[in-house]
Amino acid sequence: MRAGQLINKLLLTEFVTAFFLAMRYFFGAKPTINYPFEKGAVSPRFRGEHALRRYPNGEERCIACKLCEAICPAQAITIEAGPRQNDGTRRTVRYDIDMVKCIYCGFCQEACPVDAIVEGPNFEFATETREELYFSKEKLLANGDRWEREIAANLAADAPYR
Amino acid sequence: MANLKVDGQLIEVPDHYTLMQAAEAAGAEIPRFCYHERLSVAGNCRMCLVEVKGGPPKPQASCAMSVKDLRPGPNGEPPEMFTNTPMVKKAREGVMEFLLINHPLDCPICDQGGECDLQDQAMAYGVSGSRFAENKRAVEDKYMGPLIKTVMNRCIHCTRCVRFTTEVAGISELGLLGRGEDAEITPYLERALTSELQGNVIDLCPVGALTSKPYAFNARPWELTKTESIDVMDAVGSAIRVDSRGREVMRVLPRINEAINEEWISDKTRFIWDGLKSQRLDRPYVRKSGKLQAATWEEALAAVATKVKKAGSKVGAIAGDLAAVEEMYALKGLLASIGSGMTDVRPAMSGIDPSMPRSAYLFNPTIAGIEQADAILIIGANPRKEASLINARIRKTWRATNLPIAVIGEQADLTYAYDYLGSGFETLADLAAGKGAFAETLKNAKRPLIIVGEGAVSHADLGKQAGRDTIALAAKLATGTNVEGDWNGFALLHNAASRVGGLDIGFVPHDGGVCSADQIALAGKGELDVLFLLGADEYDMTAMGKAFVVYIGSHGDKGAHRADVILPAATYTEKSGTYVNTEGRVQVTTRAVFPPGDAREDWAIIRALSGAIGKPLAYNSLAQLRAALYAEFPHLARIDEIAPGSAAEIAKLGKAAIKTKSAPFVSPVADFYLSNPIARASATMAECAQMAAGLRQAAE
Repeated sequence: MRAGQLINKLLLTEFVTAFFLAMRYFFGAKPTINYPFEKGAVSPRFRGEHALRRYPNGEERCIACKLCEAICPAQAITIEAGPRQNDGTRRTVRYDIDMVKCIYCGFCQEACPVDAIVEGPNFEFATETREELYFSKEKLLANGDRWEREIAANLAADAPYR
Repeated sequence: MANLKVDGQLIEVPDHYTLMQAAEAAGAEIPRFCYHERLSVAGNCRMCLVEVKGGPPKPQASCAMSVKDLRPGPNGEPPEMFTNTPMVKKAREGVMEFLLINHPLDCPICDQGGECDLQDQAMAYGVSGSRFAENKRAVEDKYMGPLIKTVMNRCIHCTRCVRFTTEVAGISELGLLGRGEDAEITPYLERALTSELQGNVIDLCPVGALTSKPYAFNARPWELTKTESIDVMDAVGSAIRVDSRGREVMRVLPRINEAINEEWISDKTRFIWDGLKSQRLDRPYVRKSGKLQAATWEEALAAVATKVKKAGSKVGAIAGDLAAVEEMYALKGLLASIGSGMTDVRPAMSGIDPSMPRSAYLFNPTIAGIEQADAILIIGANPRKEASLINARIRKTWRATNLPIAVIGEQADLTYAYDYLGSGFETLADLAAGKGAFAETLKNAKRPLIIVGEGAVSHADLGKQAGRDTIALAAKLATGTNVEGDWNGFALLHNAASRVGGLDIGFVPHDGGVCSADQIALAGKGELDVLFLLGADEYDMTAMGKAFVVYIGSHGDKGAHRADVILPAATYTEKSGTYVNTEGRVQVTTRAVFPPGDAREDWAIIRALSGAIGKPLAYNSLAQLRAALYAEFPHLARIDEIAPGSAAEIAKLGKAAIKTKSAPFVSPVADFYLSNPIARASATMAECAQMAAGLRQAAE
């Protein structure tokens, strides 16, 4: 044992292997990314910020069935409904999600019969005040408009497994 | 009695039972859509199929087959029925699949979702998929008026609505047209229904074809808090369930009470709820230099206290149609503490005298007792408007026994056939003298029912004697020689929920007090300084002269406009209040929501006022108030019971001397939909009233 240790010491084996290890990582692919300029891959099933979607003709999908409100374990969703002024169809008058209460379980999008409420791929919606996290219907619909392409792609990607 | 085996369990049931009733007696559940206990048997949904042994070998509709139709076995074994065999399961699955072929998959936007018979039974008895790939049929929606919304695609043709409107409501305005795939429920010529009980078809509809229009899309059944309460729209006191969400009443539904409303309620009861949210008095007001201005409770109470202290005993109080017993008791106590006995709950110039026994102002035979009557005389009442459910009960009795009915007073469509005798007091006097064919009928009747309406008892322009004489003649008619021993057929039909309760606790002139009409007259002459209106809006507000009027009530109606101080109070859904219905049945409402803004419960306002005056009442909580109330009037403690009046008292009433020569009998309820301040604040009721008056027709 002593002889082996002596040889390693004399030949600087540990030093050399450490050097090569360092060089391998130095020239190898980088595991870190330059966030926020670079971003990691996100699963199609990722449950991020909520959005209310629209049909391609611009009609809002949500029909105020209140199933998401009923299933929400954190009771973060508040809906008020009524007949819409112009055509009498069933729509929400108010659709609020308290994002502070939300636990991102995804039950709301599972319950939705028309794929209106979804949890999109966005996870960067930190705010400076709590009030900004009380999402209203306008905010949710705006989210839907902004993220529609990604959301639709994610839904399509996940569809075969449903 | 017949013996039969249900799922192997031997039971004995009466001969007239259907298989479904037998199964229920044995505790076996049978799904159904078209069958309803209170309607005739249609047997057209086929959901109640069962397997029988001792009858035809195919599945049988258990609602339409009697236990008598089954034969015993060759050795006298009892016939058998099965509700859990593979044949039954297959039959139910088949029926359910057929029903769902044309039923749209729109549960998420359907108001029935969550309380739908079809939804529940499809989950319990259906299969998961459908083999039907073709197009579903589409049916045009029908217009049924401002209360009922139709989505006819969802209809499964159970015809419950058709049977209800023809049998119970007594209007033949709904029908089933066409056969098979072309079958459609349709109202007559797309006109609004004209029944005052039409809202009940919403409850009857097992699917979402008929839903409530004012409630459309407003809430889901699972998010509503259900509070069991009592209705105060009329003196019937129907059992209701108030569904609320947060601080809002979302809808009103009936509860089953066989003694009163069975399971129906009138449209006014059902659709009043939007009136609970509008025109509300939510803070005290004090009139300053001719204008009502918002004030704090301290200011308002101080303003009243100053005036009351100055007025001495020249203070009067009139209770309106919706006042509960507790607040009348408190107000009576308040007036007694300052030495005034001027309290009244009766309409102007009522013939009901405080000296009369209790049975003189009760619906003695009771509402359920109507079914035992063998002749009915209606005097000066339009029960269809004044007490729709009593009218429905009369119609039920008339359909079952075809008993003779006669009317003196208004000649209105009461949904049953009657002899119209005349319009006023003369006719009644003639009848009591034994003239006319109906006098003979009444004389021979063993259980005559004499319904006296408030229109015959209160004559504002003729004085009290006319009403007293009407009561005396009616009492005489009710106590003929052939009347059965324990039958008391004298029935006074009140039209306000507060009336009997107020009369019970003596909220009538006492200790030198005068009646409501005289109080207003005194106020006009300047001899009454302060007048309390406890939700009273039905009196002449222009005749009160310079009196200081204090309005304690919930809505900005006539009384509030006249008032010098408004003390905002709670409605019947916002307080626990005792009401005594026209039968004398004591019932208590339950608080479903809190009063809006600064409004408080009425009794608490009066208690606070008594403190401000410096003569505090001896109770600090509702429980203490009730303890005092029950000690003084023990019968009020027996909730849901009637302290019966005696027939002997009625016979005594009938012996009074008659002085009146003539008086017209006119029903006091001119407009069914606008009879109280809450109804007048309701947009739905206003729409209905316009429809009923013919001012508007089918907008769609």
